[in-house]
Amino acid sequence: MSILLSIIYLISTVTFIVGLKKLGHPETAKSGNSIAALGMGLAIVGTIFINDIEVPTIIYVLIGLAILVGSIMGWLIAMKVEMTKMPELVSLFNGFGGASAALIGVVEFIGNDNIAGTEATIVSTILSAIAIGAITFSGSLVAWGKLNGSLKSVVKIPQYNIINNLVIIGIVAFSAFMVITGTDSQILLYALLGAGLLYGVLFVLPIGGADMPVVISLLNSLTGIAAAITGILYDNMVMLVGGILVGSAGIILTVAMCKAMNRTLGSVIFGSFGASAVAEEGVNKTLGTIKKTTSSDTAIMMNYAQNVIIVPGYGLAVAQAQHVIHELEEILTGKGVNVKYAIHPVAGRMPGHMNVLLAESNVEYSLLAEMDDINPQFNNADVVLVVGANDVVNPAAHNDPASPIYGMPILDVENAKHIVVNKRSMKAGYAGIENELFYNSKTSMLFGDAKDALTELVGELKGM
Amino acid sequence: MNELIEFISNNLQITYILILATFVGIEVIKSIPAVLHTPLMSGANALSGVVIVGAILVMLHSDPTDYVALALGFIAVVLGVLNVVGGFAVTDRMLEMFKKKK
Repeated sequence: MSILLSIIYLISTVTFIVGLKKLGHPETAKSGNSIAALGMGLAIVGTIFINDIEVPTIIYVLIGLAILVGSIMGWLIAMKVEMTKMPELVSLFNGFGGASAALIGVVEFIGNDNIAGTEATIVSTILSAIAIGAITFSGSLVAWGKLNGSLKSVVKIPQYNIINNLVIIGIVAFSAFMVITGTDSQILLYALLGAGLLYGVLFVLPIGGADMPVVISLLNSLTGIAAAITGILYDNMVMLVGGILVGSAGIILTVAMCKAMNRTLGSVIFGSFGASAVAEEGVNKTLGTIKKTTSSDTAIMMNYAQNVIIVPGYGLAVAQAQHVIHELEEILTGKGVNVKYAIHPVAGRMPGHMNVLLAESNVEYSLLAEMDDINPQFNNADVVLVVGANDVVNPAAHNDPASPIYGMPILDVENAKHIVVNKRSMKAGYAGIENELFYNSKTSMLFGDAKDALTELVGELKGM
Repeated sequence: MNELIEFISNNLQITYILILATFVGIEVIKSIPAVLHTPLMSGANALSGVVIVGAILVMLHSDPTDYVALALGFIAVVLGVLNVVGGFAVTDRMLEMFKKKK
């Protein structure tokens, strides 16, 4: 490898580290992303043009074409996607990265005429790139399907934990067998590829939609590891370090997300949440009755309020009501009402997602209050409007040790004078449990799609 | 086990890099505010597209008459670029929204 290319790779590696570091702070995040992107571009250009082998022009043309096609598609998708669809997009892109790693492994395997004479470590890296790449590819696609709603149900095969573990052990054993025998059988290779794809599906399928962000982060980390393994294969430092960085940072991010949702990684993967939720059903009769309200009543109440706190949740993101809620906030502010948003760390579809959505609809950054800052202020709030949030405002997290969400940090909305909850139906949140807040005497329910209900509310307020 | 020891002794440098890079990754991400989880995940996802370098190497080393390798390499490059360009572009779009109102 030429010294120039080595230096370029070195620079790229440094930009990855600096970029990732900067991405972790709000003020520097944007420049961090640009720096990493620049480094990536440098590595790509360097790889193409600085090499010491004879490369026919047609190959350059093909590479150029592939990059052009991929760039245009990637750019268009990235520019067109709605911000609410962000999690599934990340998942989709991640799946592409995994597929790329798997394909590289396949080409290296079938292009090698002497697998039996190749070092066992090289064969192992090829096979692991294929297996891990395949798992991330199919797993990411399932996660993508689940988030965009095309795969609705949580499929739970009986004993899926045991089955999944058997499949993964099988994959490892099978790869070891291939390495030891030094087989060059393409049928076995495709069997391994198929097993990897199968495991990705089996792994993600039983996990609930709300836990998907954690899974995506985990799969993202796996793609990094696949890239690093391919890096070992080519003795390529930028791939190795870049991949490992994503791998380890991804694991930390996954754990941080779990913490924000008060889950453990184990409970996400093995889904102990869903099981206890079933037992909770049928106890709702003891909770009393709910009180329905209308948008005009809510509008009157808000019109005469001094302090209003809005609690946006998953339902708001799904209904794409982030622009309407901003309109509501502006009208109320115009009427002299103090409006604030209370943002639970996991509001939206993944941690930080609600901040992105509200930023998209131009909500003042200073109006977004984090949980710890806003919780003492609920005492002074005249009206709290909960839009499409459920588990993050469930008082059971404080006072019911038997509840599966007991101990989860929540927004203390029950301290407010009046609570209006907008929901589509009485259906439970993703934890699958009843919310006694809805039966509280201070609570009234405003049923309907978040966007429709808020639009009506805005209309009523405009007329006052 | 012997294989592992052999690998480590043959690739001492790589092993060191592997371990050090792991720690760098952990340190760099430590104590991230929840607000940034989404963009950070998206940015890290773009970075994992570094696998594109391998895909390009595959194509550079393919025989122009080996259509299978070329086709697979071509797809690998397209998918890798999608991951990289899409990932960075969408992260930038997200962060742009944060910046606007500060």
